[in-house]
Amino acid sequence: MDYILIIIGAVFVNNIVLAQFLGICPFIGVSNKVETAIGMTGAVTFVLVLATMVTYLLQHYVLVPFGIGFMQTVTFILVIASLVQLVEIILKKISPALYQALGIFLPLITTNCAVLGVAILAVQKDLNLTESVVYAAANAIGFGLALLLFSGIREQLDLMDVPKPMRGVPAAFVVAGLLAMAFMGFAGIV
Amino acid sequence: MNQRTNFTKGFFKENPVFVLFLGLCPTLGTTTSAINGLGMGLATAFVLIMSNIVVSLTGSLIPGKVRIPSFIVIIASFVTIVDLLMKAYTNTPGPQGEPSLYDQLGLFIPLIVVNCLVLGRAEAYASKNKFMSSLIDGLGMGLGFTMALTMLGAVREILGSGSIFNYKFIEGDGILIFVLAPGAFIALGYLIVIINKLTKKA
Repeated sequence: MDYILIIIGAVFVNNIVLAQFLGICPFIGVSNKVETAIGMTGAVTFVLVLATMVTYLLQHYVLVPFGIGFMQTVTFILVIASLVQLVEIILKKISPALYQALGIFLPLITTNCAVLGVAILAVQKDLNLTESVVYAAANAIGFGLALLLFSGIREQLDLMDVPKPMRGVPAAFVVAGLLAMAFMGFAGIV
Repeated sequence: MNQRTNFTKGFFKENPVFVLFLGLCPTLGTTTSAINGLGMGLATAFVLIMSNIVVSLTGSLIPGKVRIPSFIVIIASFVTIVDLLMKAYTNTPGPQGEPSLYDQLGLFIPLIVVNCLVLGRAEAYASKNKFMSSLIDGLGMGLGFTMALTMLGAVREILGSGSIFNYKFIEGDGILIFVLAPGAFIALGYLIVIINKLTKKA
């Protein structure tokens, strides 16, 4: 039951992009086409779950026992950066097809604040290992949902006659605002 | 490029938020009021200036292949410093028990480390330029970022709660939606429209 609450909370109520403002750069940057949005979601899901797992173990078996909690930011970002590199190398060797699909998105993920943000949030919320993994996966689904909806709208938006100063990113922001308003309707169900 | 245009480019011509669209997460996430926007902007500006200085001084010593991880460690160190400083000095709750600046910015302080603006300037500018130019670039970009955040914070505070820098000039509530999440996107969208209209004569 707890897991269902975590999932609904992360996907709909506190959507990572539309309510918590994490991962806005890829949200605006790669949401031009539905295809790239799907690729990005795949890469983020992969790294997010893996990174949350590793940072959880580091936090509870290295940082806390040695009393060096203030090193959290430095440690987490280094772990995420090397993890992304590692995933890239392994994918290239094991599954060239998947690497082709996700490859170009992987380097971008290091500076995706959703990954570091979820890792820190999972620690702050005091979740245990399974809950952390579920939380990370749910956030990845929330990210994918927002990205997919948004890219669908943006493909339509390209065909519209928008005033010149508003074309492109500004119009995307206003649309994102309306989408966020729609997601506010989920508030209070958890 | 002389140092003066180097400094002023961050404000309008290459404003990180309105023109380059960098560092959008804290821009949207922390600007519920002008004070919060200003605080977040200054914290980011500090990290940006310091990392620009260190990267420009050590740039030639770092091998090209481990460039990015090295920059990230430099940036993360300064973020930790800012985090600890803000925890020490901006952590007192307001007079009516409202949360402190440190609590309101919360998660977004450690997240300065993944702000694409900071890493972007280190990689694209500071690693290739001398100390003085990098310092001025950091100052200009940092203050341009601060200006953008304060502007967005002010707009949202005026519309959303009828006050500016906590000085209330309208009794009662404002248009609440501007303090909530959707208002951030909409206000930023229209601010960019206005700036496009003014600068590009479109």
